[in-house]
Amino acid sequence: MANYLTKRLIYMLITLFGISIISFTVIQLPPGDYLTSYITELQASGTVVDEAQIASLRQRYGLDKPIYVQYFKWITGIFRGDFGRSFEWNESVRVLISERLPMTIAISLLTLVFTYVLAIPIGIYSAVRQYSFGDYLAIFIGFIGISIPGFLLALVLMFAFYHMFGISIGGLFSAAFEDAPWSWAKFKDLVDHLWVPMIVVGMSGTAGLIRTMRATTLDELGKDYVKMARSKGLPEWKVILKHPVRVAINPIVSTVGWELPRIVSGTTIVAVVLSLPITGPLLLQALLSQDMYLAGSFIMMLSVLTVIGTLISDILLAVIDPRIRLE
Amino acid sequence: MALNDTSPEQQKLQVDAGIENETTERSLSHWQLMWRRFLKHRLAVFGLIVIIGLYMLAIFCEFFAPMDPYVRYSQFVNAPPQRIRFVDHEGNFSIRPFVYGHKSTLDMQSFRRVYEPDYSKRYDLRLFTKGSKYKLWGFFPGSLRFFGVEEGGHLFLFGTDNLGRDVFSRIIYGSRISLSIGLIGVFISLAIGMLLGGISGLRGGLIDELLQRVIELLRSVPDIPLWMGLSAALPPHWSPIRVYFGITVILSLLGWTHVARVVRSRFLSLRNEEFVLAAYAAGASEWRIITKHLIPSFISYVIVSVTLSIPGMILGETALSFLGIGLRPPVISWGVLLEQAQNIAAVNTYPWLLTPAIFVILTVLSLNFVGDGLRDAADPYSK
Repeated sequence: MANYLTKRLIYMLITLFGISIISFTVIQLPPGDYLTSYITELQASGTVVDEAQIASLRQRYGLDKPIYVQYFKWITGIFRGDFGRSFEWNESVRVLISERLPMTIAISLLTLVFTYVLAIPIGIYSAVRQYSFGDYLAIFIGFIGISIPGFLLALVLMFAFYHMFGISIGGLFSAAFEDAPWSWAKFKDLVDHLWVPMIVVGMSGTAGLIRTMRATTLDELGKDYVKMARSKGLPEWKVILKHPVRVAINPIVSTVGWELPRIVSGTTIVAVVLSLPITGPLLLQALLSQDMYLAGSFIMMLSVLTVIGTLISDILLAVIDPRIRLE
Repeated sequence: MALNDTSPEQQKLQVDAGIENETTERSLSHWQLMWRRFLKHRLAVFGLIVIIGLYMLAIFCEFFAPMDPYVRYSQFVNAPPQRIRFVDHEGNFSIRPFVYGHKSTLDMQSFRRVYEPDYSKRYDLRLFTKGSKYKLWGFFPGSLRFFGVEEGGHLFLFGTDNLGRDVFSRIIYGSRISLSIGLIGVFISLAIGMLLGGISGLRGGLIDELLQRVIELLRSVPDIPLWMGLSAALPPHWSPIRVYFGITVILSLLGWTHVARVVRSRFLSLRNEEFVLAAYAAGASEWRIITKHLIPSFISYVIVSVTLSIPGMILGETALSFLGIGLRPPVISWGVLLEQAQNIAAVNTYPWLLTPAIFVILTVLSLNFVGDGLRDAADPYSK
């Protein structure tokens, strides 16, 4: 186990290094650097550009130094909690990110749980009652779920609710609670709004998992040990849940790590459509206005969290399944 | 006389026939077997037909679109779809379908135009009509349209957008960009994936280890945020065609990992198979072994993985253009068309702005069906 853990941790460090390079590339890609954008921004708003301030900023980001020095300055800054500055918001990137990230994590994790809680029982049912009406329904919903991208589903749901009931299902809070401090009522309001992004983002993942769960369970159902359990006189639900399902669930659980990037990715764009106060809309806005330190940091933090989540799921899996530790 | 009371000669004949049947069965090639298996998957066949149809629309969009997608009918801004009719307002039946023209009044309360059918203007629908001039693929001038109304009339099957352009024709034109971006992107991923996966699977060692880490890295990054970051960085002064290829490359940047994984694992498992070892023993060159023995034996798996990754590419382009950081007008793609649907109030008043979504979903659904059928068919010897 210790061996496995060290190996995984080393891999994760390599991955994190790669992610930091990708994010830094995204920051560097637009023509010009942070300062030229900043200066144009200042000039556009009519502010007099202070030469001394510019010089100190140039010093701070090492903009007159070669690219690897800039990278080094940037990455060490992050370790000290300095992500750079967003010139659009005139605020430190760290503050902006910490406002949005927790809710993003919460929604992603909830969606992940929702996906599995829904997919596993449906998959089992679909396999046990193969070719029944319910099975066909599950297959149908599965195909639809895979084929309708989250942002289109969000759009259609928004339209349908707006059209039929005249209500908007966007956002995470009603207007009354938007800026209110946390309270029980605000929490309830959040729960009322939360199901829409959960369903929309979780739909495609659920569909895929149902299909896998159904296929793996079907593979196991015909095997001898299942017949054996049945002939022992076990009640049918016990036969199914204690034997084939235990085996069939393994590939499902082992893909938790792949599901997470998909959910984070899906949440980003669905959040734009539903205008949720999480990272998606802010990232888009930052990209559109070339506020690159903010955008790059968002991409970096989303990826880092995904990698950490994947690591946690890998460790949990190693705890559950001893075969993985031995590999 | 009992049915099974047959003479020895007849029995022999039947046996011969049986053997003959079996040999024809056996002499089917791998691809024929796959095709047979594929045909059994009804949904996949249905999907394939739809996909071929959609790609025909995309290839000959100038011919199939009834209207010019760039022309603004300023007197018909945000007009609703016209109904195709067989019965006119006086109850007379006509075998030739027709539409009524729009007549608009200004609603003084909302300051919006309200449209109703103008019964005095009747436009017959005709097959192979002469419409406005176009240049097929940008080269061949023509004016023949698959269907449409006579000159001077207008046909808005899916209504018009906020500049008075025909949504239906724009969808048909948009299919060319939206469908081809997935295909080109997949070819780029295929080339990179085959090459890197092959090297990694054959050589193993350090290169393999390195490649595995790169793949793991790319798979752990959430794709949409990264795509957004990269495509927002495409310079705004680029020509549409460069942006198009830029987006394609960005989409393939993550796409090749799937192909590389499939190829690598196939190489690893086939490397020590007897037929490969036999070829080595016979003195075949490595290149010959790869191209003659290895690739043919796993190409079907690669095709499956490629088919299943086209929808992701199409959706990627749609999502990016929808957000306004992918392709930009005047380029027409489904994502660009859907950008207008971002405003939910606009969608509520003009629901036909959502029609491009139907085409996106139809395409992705069909491609998934085809991929599913191909997956079953990829290994025709199982069962």
